[in-house]
Amino acid sequence: MRVLESVPDPEIPVVSVCGLGIIRDVAIEGDGVRVVVTPTYSGCPATEVIAASIREALVAAGAGDVHIETRLSPAWTTDWITPAARASLSAYGIVPPGERPTDGAQPIRLVARSVSCPRCGGRPTTQLSAFGATACKALYRCEVCREPFEVFKEI
Amino acid sequence: MSVHFDYLLRLADTSLILGQRLSEWCGHGPVLEEDLALTNVALDCIGQARLLLSHAADVEGQGRDEDQLAFLRDDGRYRNLTIVELPNGDFGATVVRNLLVNAWQAQVWASLADSTDRALAAIAEKSAKETRYHVTHAADWTIRLGDGTDESHGRMQSALDRLWPYTAEFFVVDALDEAVAAAGIAPLCRTLEAAWMATVVPVFEEATLTVPGRSPFRSRGKTGVHTEHLGHLLAGMQHLQRAYPGGQW
Repeated sequence: MRVLESVPDPEIPVVSVCGLGIIRDVAIEGDGVRVVVTPTYSGCPATEVIAASIREALVAAGAGDVHIETRLSPAWTTDWITPAARASLSAYGIVPPGERPTDGAQPIRLVARSVSCPRCGGRPTTQLSAFGATACKALYRCEVCREPFEVFKEI
Repeated sequence: MSVHFDYLLRLADTSLILGQRLSEWCGHGPVLEEDLALTNVALDCIGQARLLLSHAADVEGQGRDEDQLAFLRDDGRYRNLTIVELPNGDFGATVVRNLLVNAWQAQVWASLADSTDRALAAIAEKSAKETRYHVTHAADWTIRLGDGTDESHGRMQSALDRLWPYTAEFFVVDALDEAVAAAGIAPLCRTLEAAWMATVVPVFEEATLTVPGRSPFRSRGKTGVHTEHLGHLLAGMQHLQRAYPGGQW
């Protein structure tokens, strides 16, 4: 687990795969290691890079055989992002995710989440795009300092 | 071909072909943010299709994989709903189709939670979260453009009039649907219609658009009978694997 703490997310390098909450289980089996990973988004292009980085880090740390297993259920939620990782995201200029939307039937929500600017703390901020540079983020702009910034979408 | 495998292809192919159509917007969006949005949705759809096709290949047990199913099947072997293979049209028409299809997908994913196929239930659980966001995005733009200028309203209404007849296929029960329902894999698709209507109709009303009535028209993409558009789409999508079999990046 300590080795995995040093494996960064390829697209948000201030957060480790552990901080992201995608490592669901780690077991030492003989001289090998079995790691259970839950993907963030089905189409996230980082998924394969993450698996390769985990393998590389564990082999460098002396593991013989590394077996990576993908687990879809329970599905990943941003609630699994650790408090330390949330603090790193804030410091990096990305607003951490809010509370996960409740499951089941609900009215379609058209009003974007209200957040403060991670640079100047200002409000109001405006959602520029519901989608950002990666599947997990949306794009906002601060109306006080006029700087654009990213917001982690809660799922 | 087993009923189970064929049902998985219906879901997988619908996600894949919608993802392929949306990816055509890459570099062509009306503004950069919406270019990103449509391609993000495309990426999620293709990710869902990959999971479903891999699972379908396991169920089939013939040694095929997701790539062979995606790139080496002809149009007659595709089982997607017809609506997703239609050309995109303008941005408004793309958004209307997304709303119709994404809202249907949301109902499908929710209905699969108790499936006897546990791998399928897991894929649905994952996909449901992504699809919820897609529905919100499509609904947002449907309202903005429908309740927008005369020009945008007119285009949205004509897109809805053109696309609406294809949604009948979502809920038409055939022998395959009955077999998967009997096996506990998925509920009868007819049972999803009321909840789907309850999602999309209020959005169209807020968008000041008129929801057309039902006509006798029935598309049959999910049975393998497609429009001429699918062959052209596959020609582009499959070209590389057909020209260079087994080619990799």
